[in-house]
Amino acid sequence: MLEALVYGILVGAAIFSAIQSLRADSLLRSAIWLAGVSVLISIVIYLLGAHRVAVIELSVGAGLVTVLFVFAISVAGGEGIGERSLIPKPLAWGLIIFSGLLLIYFVLPIKASISTVSETSLATVFWQDRSLDLLVQVALIYSGALGLVGILAEAKAPLQQSMVDEFAAERELALHDMEILAGSEEDHPIEPQSKSS
Amino acid sequence: MNLSPINICLLGVTGLVAAGFYGLLTTRNLIKVVIMLQILVKAAVLGLIAAGNASGQQYLTQSMAITVIVADTIVAVIGMAFAIQIRRQVGTLDTNELSSLRG
Repeated sequence: MLEALVYGILVGAAIFSAIQSLRADSLLRSAIWLAGVSVLISIVIYLLGAHRVAVIELSVGAGLVTVLFVFAISVAGGEGIGERSLIPKPLAWGLIIFSGLLLIYFVLPIKASISTVSETSLATVFWQDRSLDLLVQVALIYSGALGLVGILAEAKAPLQQSMVDEFAAERELALHDMEILAGSEEDHPIEPQSKSS
Repeated sequence: MNLSPINICLLGVTGLVAAGFYGLLTTRNLIKVVIMLQILVKAAVLGLIAAGNASGQQYLTQSMAITVIVADTIVAVIGMAFAIQIRRQVGTLDTNELSSLRG
């Protein structure tokens, strides 16, 4: 009973944090509430026995992603955008209630307690049985890094364009000087040196 | 009704999915859309771990959860990079104004 109470408090606090993250006007507050959701979820995952996943979720979800959000908000600006939603709110509420009831209909009949039946070890499953997942993860990280470099490199495009314009202007100026020089040579041609001298 | 910890976690998954889904449907800020996606993915991770405990295949679902966390982080990074670039190029993060650019 006490165990269920602890789980209930943690899960309830996570849902409360998620709702606060949704309601927050400032993007920074929203990101901090999201970090709270991540911390609470990682505690629940730890209590469920998935210690490694809890540590990864805590370090990545509450650490790395929050830092990235703060960086993005500081660059892009943290002001909120008006209340008018993309779709009518009654329709959104209807969809949420329908999907929530459907989910509850599927998950509540599960009569389960924390099971101790398990496979050999996480290392065996992770490195051998699910080796394709590892390849997918490597490909995801590689493509994510390349995509990030490509997307952020586009920010330099205007600077490169201005450099091109500057170079073109310099070249045009040099051509203009050459034309002036050629014109002055036509007015005052340089006399060829006489063979006698 | 006596709820087990697994049932409580699955109810929590339902609540988190509802909050994230509602935010995804109603918010117009690009960065907040990414935040709502993060909430949805956290619900998925919790659901995976709870389902693994219920079925007795903890390590299989833990492995899947690690993959989901990695994919989610990449999605967040790319989404925020897109948001920064859109802010720089267009000057707004409002999805309504972005969609009106199509004419």
